[in-house]
Amino acid sequence: MTSPLPPIMSTARRGIDVLEALRGALAALSANFLRSILTALGIFIGVAAVIATVAVGEGARRQVLAQIQSLGANLLIVWGGSATMGGVRLGAGGRSNLSWDDAAVIAREIPEVQVAAGSIRQTFQVVAGNQNWSTIVLATEPDYFIAHEWVADGGRLFSPEEAAGGRKVVILGATVAEMLFAEEDPVGREIRIRQTPFEVIGIMARKGQNPTGQDQDDTVFVPYWTARRSVMGASRANARQVGVISVKVHEGEDMAAAEDAIRALMRQRHRVAANEPDSVSIRNLSDIQATRDASARTLSALLASVAAVSLLVGGIGVMNIMLVSVTERTREIGLRLAIGARRRDVLAQFLLEAVMLALLGGAAGVLAGMALSHILADVAGWPVLVRADAVLIAVGVSALTGLFFGYWPARRAAHLDPITALRHE
Amino acid sequence: MTVLIETIGLTKHYQAGEGVVAALKDVSLSITPGNFVAAMGPSGSGKSTFLNLIGCLDSATHGSYRLMNEDVAALSHDRLADLRSRRLGFVFQSFNLLPRADALANVELPLIYRGMPRRQRRERAAEALAAVGLADRMHHRPTQLSGGQQQRVAIARAIVGSPDLILADEPTGALDTRTGLSIMALFQALNQGGVGILMVTHDPDVARYAERVLRFRDGRLIADETQIPANVAKALEALPEADDAA
Repeated sequence: MTSPLPPIMSTARRGIDVLEALRGALAALSANFLRSILTALGIFIGVAAVIATVAVGEGARRQVLAQIQSLGANLLIVWGGSATMGGVRLGAGGRSNLSWDDAAVIAREIPEVQVAAGSIRQTFQVVAGNQNWSTIVLATEPDYFIAHEWVADGGRLFSPEEAAGGRKVVILGATVAEMLFAEEDPVGREIRIRQTPFEVIGIMARKGQNPTGQDQDDTVFVPYWTARRSVMGASRANARQVGVISVKVHEGEDMAAAEDAIRALMRQRHRVAANEPDSVSIRNLSDIQATRDASARTLSALLASVAAVSLLVGGIGVMNIMLVSVTERTREIGLRLAIGARRRDVLAQFLLEAVMLALLGGAAGVLAGMALSHILADVAGWPVLVRADAVLIAVGVSALTGLFFGYWPARRAAHLDPITALRHE
Repeated sequence: MTVLIETIGLTKHYQAGEGVVAALKDVSLSITPGNFVAAMGPSGSGKSTFLNLIGCLDSATHGSYRLMNEDVAALSHDRLADLRSRRLGFVFQSFNLLPRADALANVELPLIYRGMPRRQRRERAAEALAAVGLADRMHHRPTQLSGGQQQRVAIARAIVGSPDLILADEPTGALDTRTGLSIMALFQALNQGGVGILMVTHDPDVARYAERVLRFRDGRLIADETQIPANVAKALEALPEADDAA
């Protein structure tokens, strides 16, 4: 009746059949579908939350970075301390002790400095035809635009002659141009500042808000000496006074060294005694950036710890369910060992199952996190950015979680005694 | 003549609480290829311990065991697994089929551990199922099969790797008389094809169909008799009434 099957010829030492192990793992997971889903849920939620929060954090970081860069790179802003009048210090709101000449000296004396431009600002009502608008009039020189990396969008900037010669020309910020001229091209037209007519020679490119939320485009620019003579009504005492000096440091130079040099120079020029504080304060925009970076790092660390905790909890869930699975399938393990499975075959089978469980949770979490990011972007209007490396790390870490927490149950399965396992009820 | 199995002074001690239980004491015998051997004895007699040792599932405390001239005691876990997969086939009282896999997948299982490609594996598993008379039940799950059919699937799984020896632990213990007899008929047919069989049973009616009977008591081999096996076909005919055949 029965003829035996022909012998199997190949006796080659074999590796682990990964495809078959994969098939087996999938079958085992789908056999307990609901349980697998619930187990993967912990990792799913952790990964989804991390992907979404990283996307939001990254979006916000990019926005801040763009704002800071809009102010100009390698920029130092020198603020005058308060002037001292007869031993009375007038406080930060008082008159500035900086002068036009300070800017020139900084530019000339300090090698790290590319340009230094003094400026003074005051709010005026500006009028064009029957339109008027209250805005900041900023009196400065052409180097200001170099320091702030700001270019004209239409028309032109001041020429050095205009800056020095007191011609009545003005450049409008984008917001002012919109308010006064709406759709029309203002170049060549006339506006009045305090009854003085100025010719519009250019419009600045739009810069948007600075990090403190001020609209940088709500400004008009006039040559310093023009403003001093015809608008800002200089008295003798402060005829050469400026509010701040914008200093651009050469690319690659040490900002801190330039700052120190400026401080020392200003102490000397302002005749500050050795025991008195500096006469100027210097704001370095990269300091602001560093502060932002530091807070971003704090946020990242917080997120990472949230991720770690959720993956830990998820991983313990995986371990728990794998231990249950090993116990439930003790007889199956005994059988597999009896019919020729090596310990490493059983180990690989259960390890792969744990990794797939974690990986499915992680992959679904990535998708959900990305969807959540887009919803946040659409509904809340937050800038979000899903980073590819965050996705890869999330998937990789969930696989590692499965590997780590699956190892012990898998090892337990592999080291079962086949005889005992086969008798298990 | 070549020897399939040779044991000399095979002894197995178990640690049980404070004391040591000698489950098997000083068993020396040899089995030739193609031998159909029944191991008999009451529970605790050592017959199952003997089967586990022969099946390379357990290692002896003393004595030597050679399978196809290979000293089993000296082998690593991996080599033992290889030996089980190449030389041996197991049949259990409770079938031990994977409940969620169909008959074909169950039979395929040992071949996975021999690194056989999937297509070849499935062909061979189908052949094994045909050999036990289940060509039309390949895609049934164990729950859709009768007890006798399930045991046939298990036997197909045991022979799919063309082993030298089938180790059967009370293979008819969970089956009714008629179905048990049909399983014995299958064993006899396989044995005539050249496969050796070592079957553990406590039932003398089942042991009748083997050509050699080993009797164990208190861990010792007390008798080793050769007999002319009873004819299963006749026994089946002699059964009073034909229930639904398995």
